[in-house]
Amino acid sequence: MANRWTAVALALTALLLPGPGRAGAQGLVYVSNEKSDTISVLDPAQDHRLVATIEACGRPRDMEWDPTKRFLYVACADDNEIGIIDVEKGEQVDAIPYIEEPEAFEFDHAFKRLFVSNEEDAALSVVDLESREVIAWVETGEEPEGVLVTPGDRQIWVTSEASNLVHVIDGETYEVLADIPVGTRPRRFAMTPDGREVWVSAELAGRVDIISTETLEVIDSIAFLPRGFRPEQVTPVDLLITRDGKRAYVALGRANHVAVVDVEKRQVIKYILAGNRVWGLTLTKDEKILYAANGLSDDVSIIDTETLTNIKSVPVGQIPYKVLIRE
Amino acid sequence: MRRLLLVLAALLMALPAATAAQRPEVVIGYFGLRKDPRWQAWETYANLVLREEMDPADGARVAMRDARIVGRVLKVKFRLEVRRERDLEQLKAAFEELHAAGLRYALVDLPADQLVAFTRPYRAREVLFFNVSALEDRLRGEQCQANVLHVIPSYRMLADALSQYLTHKGWQKILLLQGPEPEDAEIARVFQQSAARFGNRIVEVRRFLPTNDPRAREQNNVRLLTTGVDYDVVFVADSRGDFGRKIPYQTVLARPVVSLGPHGPTIGLQASAWHWASERFGSPQLNQRFERQVKQRRRMRDADFAAWAAVRQLIEAMMKARSTEFAAVRNTLLAPEARLDVYKGMPANFRPWDRQMRQPIVLHTHNAVITYAPLPQFLHQSNVLDTLGVDQPNSRCRF
Repeated sequence: MANRWTAVALALTALLLPGPGRAGAQGLVYVSNEKSDTISVLDPAQDHRLVATIEACGRPRDMEWDPTKRFLYVACADDNEIGIIDVEKGEQVDAIPYIEEPEAFEFDHAFKRLFVSNEEDAALSVVDLESREVIAWVETGEEPEGVLVTPGDRQIWVTSEASNLVHVIDGETYEVLADIPVGTRPRRFAMTPDGREVWVSAELAGRVDIISTETLEVIDSIAFLPRGFRPEQVTPVDLLITRDGKRAYVALGRANHVAVVDVEKRQVIKYILAGNRVWGLTLTKDEKILYAANGLSDDVSIIDTETLTNIKSVPVGQIPYKVLIRE
Repeated sequence: MRRLLLVLAALLMALPAATAAQRPEVVIGYFGLRKDPRWQAWETYANLVLREEMDPADGARVAMRDARIVGRVLKVKFRLEVRRERDLEQLKAAFEELHAAGLRYALVDLPADQLVAFTRPYRAREVLFFNVSALEDRLRGEQCQANVLHVIPSYRMLADALSQYLTHKGWQKILLLQGPEPEDAEIARVFQQSAARFGNRIVEVRRFLPTNDPRAREQNNVRLLTTGVDYDVVFVADSRGDFGRKIPYQTVLARPVVSLGPHGPTIGLQASAWHWASERFGSPQLNQRFERQVKQRRRMRDADFAAWAAVRQLIEAMMKARSTEFAAVRNTLLAPEARLDVYKGMPANFRPWDRQMRQPIVLHTHNAVITYAPLPQFLHQSNVLDTLGVDQPNSRCRF
């Protein structure tokens, strides 16, 4: 409760202060918009009102925080860079240049290295965050996409959308340890908290494949089919698993629903209606609210994870891609 | 020298226990004619370039890049062997030589009659051919062959895509303008069958002639060609496109113009296998990859797409089968449950009754994609993609 009041107080302060503060208060929600080249800033304390719009680099997609959560790193495919936005100033202040068509990326746990998939080169680049040099380059299948860094930075996992493979790369030597065949058009990862399973969404197979981190093989799959949809409309992309490892949320793309999955039973509990072509998912720290970015209806669905209902949709910029929260 | 290398390659393939350093090679052939008129630059009067020179093998080359990683997994090396020869005899000789050296998969880039002449002698051979550029429906009908797979959509698939759109729009009275080429007659015939399937009506078929002869003005003046009859839309069967490209905005009635056929310039709303302006289903990625890798920096066209998709189908089947062995690859490739992403939304696979690759069709103008067929309103008892092209009960193919 105290937290909420602080958030409200901060938001109110943000409202009263002109300029920078409005885009950078604690508790705000940031949404990258691929087509309008902006980051929409929503304030949950004000019923998710749009409180600011930050100009970003060209075609912003994936976003990650720096450890202080003051700087937002944004992969900009059309400008071939990772933009760095100071959310307190509400503007892009810096960029890591010469990264060809970045789509998804992750940092290592020490915030020393950046792992980014490059569509153009069919490679995973490892960038030293201090020198900003590419220190390693690993050949992948065509259209590498989702990146996962395992605990202790031991391994980097990357999907190859066009080759239907998951590549497992050694976190130190950058040697390819395995190429795992998975369902058609693999996109994103989620790891169970015990580290035993990696879930990967296969967009055109309409399912999630479950890979054992021990055998590096697909051990099971979960198919999705909300009522009234044809299998080919079910195109899962983003997914995440809760901290207790009990529940997973999977955004089903053109099936316009978010699937709620019982992780242990590997069964769908519910399909929650979201917007058109739902992709990017983010949970609040308390995991009570799930945000879902709807790429083709230009809005974000706000889902109550207790009642499993969509409580509100908020319009943002064009083709929203990813949601992050400053908390 | 080349021959020697081939023999060496064949020897390598024959060694099952080759070490990782000398991974066995899997060769994918590409057979076409030198100076194929379909791919030459087409300059019309006053040096206007209506179509730039192209080589659909570029599509296959782009797909080969992806094969590197699959090769890493399967512990083989893939190589594309492009053979463009002067005539069919030389092409057959080239095929025989490569087949003897182990070639089992071949893309065929030939006009319909040559395609039949080239593939027919090999109908019982252990080989799979992929037709990447001949659209004639007879190749999938009475002239079908069990080991010829059609990756390029047929004329009928393009026609059905267009017909669905016209039905959906309620533009169901059609004036059909037909050019003098044999291919124009083929397009007109197929479009009439398609119109009947979707309940559209051809109000009249009129022939045009690309001439300035005043005695033929009934056939070369667009105002005269489009007057004296009521219609919702004009369909132009013009495989060359030089005359057709000037029909929009010249019709007597204010009506849209539609067309199909991959070789000429775009006329009005057109049905194609592929378009460079497609913004959905990941197609910008493929278009960008193609434009970057091809030296001319040209845009990807239908035959490029088909050549790309043929190689992708093959590599994907080997990946799924975890093998490059012919029977395993063939079975995986033709399996009804196969699903290949061809960047057009719905996944593609091969129809068992005529070996045509099911796929969505793009409806586009010269610079924008309007929609993709099948349109959601058109349903089918087994696969909505079968609302495009000759369906099983009507197929004349017997293997």
